[in-house]
Amino acid sequence: MSSDTTGPAPLGMSTRVGEPAGTAASWCDRCGTPAGEEGDHTACRAARQLEPPRYCQHCRRRMKVQVLPVGWAAVCVEHGETRA
Amino acid sequence: MPEILDQARTQVLENGVGLDEAGVLAVLNLPDEHLPAALQLAHEVRMRWCGPEVEVEGIVSLKTGGCPEDCHFCSQSGLFTSPVRAVWLDIPSLVEAAKQTAKTGATEFCIVAAVRGPDDRLMRQLREGVAAIRAEVDIQVAASVGMLTQEQVDELVEMGVHRYNHNLETCRSYFPNVVTTHSWEERWETLRMVRESGMEVCCGGILGLGESVEQRAEFAAQLAELDPHEVPLNFLNPRPGTPLGDRSVVEGKDALRAIAAFRLAMPRTILRYAGGRELTLGDLGTRSGLLGGINAVIVGNYLTTLGRPATTDLELLQDLKMPVKALSATL
Repeated sequence: MSSDTTGPAPLGMSTRVGEPAGTAASWCDRCGTPAGEEGDHTACRAARQLEPPRYCQHCRRRMKVQVLPVGWAAVCVEHGETRA
Repeated sequence: MPEILDQARTQVLENGVGLDEAGVLAVLNLPDEHLPAALQLAHEVRMRWCGPEVEVEGIVSLKTGGCPEDCHFCSQSGLFTSPVRAVWLDIPSLVEAAKQTAKTGATEFCIVAAVRGPDDRLMRQLREGVAAIRAEVDIQVAASVGMLTQEQVDELVEMGVHRYNHNLETCRSYFPNVVTTHSWEERWETLRMVRESGMEVCCGGILGLGESVEQRAEFAAQLAELDPHEVPLNFLNPRPGTPLGDRSVVEGKDALRAIAAFRLAMPRTILRYAGGRELTLGDLGTRSGLLGGINAVIVGNYLTTLGRPATTDLELLQDLKMPVKALSATL
């Protein structure tokens, strides 16, 4: 389990590889707009139950995402890989 | 009882002859109070002509995104501002995905690529991947890599691909509203070659693209004419950045009406739940569809979106006393 679940669309079982624990999310990982109090991401959070992340929460880069029959892997060129 | 259901009971249930376009349209236009009867009849038809078994399948994307085509529902088109980036799956990961799928009890594993048609690189990757899966995993391998040449069809047969998916997506009259970079007829030509090759034909589409009820009936009739081994039924899951990204999802009752109508048009086909059912039908609707004509499911995740856990579907099948089709029954 990662402590990196403070972003706008957390999924409980995701695991980040290569990112310092506890780093707060700056961007919504679904729509790529500012996270936190700057935007309402209720719809993004709901949608993320059936979608993998698309944007890095830390730098807003679009990630390379591979969906697998069980789980997914998302890679940010700067912040590494997240899996669930 | 509406006249169309009386007609279907004799024609489809007893004689195994599917409804024509007018009949399908009559089912699609049934008022809500007759929907349970339509689903019950479709279920009886499925049990009579297909049996109680449910075919379970997993799918995976071998090549995601960067597609040159403009299918308006698809987040993998390189022509839209979708957040989906291009990515290739390596062979060890492909084999692992097949193993995960086989563990669920699935007998089918479909390898999919977002392309107009396969180039040499993709055919090489597919050849290597299919061989590796067949060497290590007890599962039937299907493929879906777009429009094919005759040479590519022959190559897939030689690889051991037993079923080929190529969706018409929607009816002929509505197709130009959904795709402009190739034609419905081009897709039909690939399907013709696949059928003649001896591979099983898997062909379905997506409901909720903006087609009318009449066009839904047209689509069912055109699929019945093709007579595919399998029909995957998707319900639009509007994807951000695509031209259909703002469309509403299909109403649950309309989706169930379509399931019953498609079953009554094609009594013997494998009618599979595919993408979008989680949004359109939810848990209760999923159950109703399985009791209304559906006899196959894609379990686990889809190509770019996530599905219900396989265990949830398998528990539902157990609850409904519908056995999962065994691999031996498919060989």
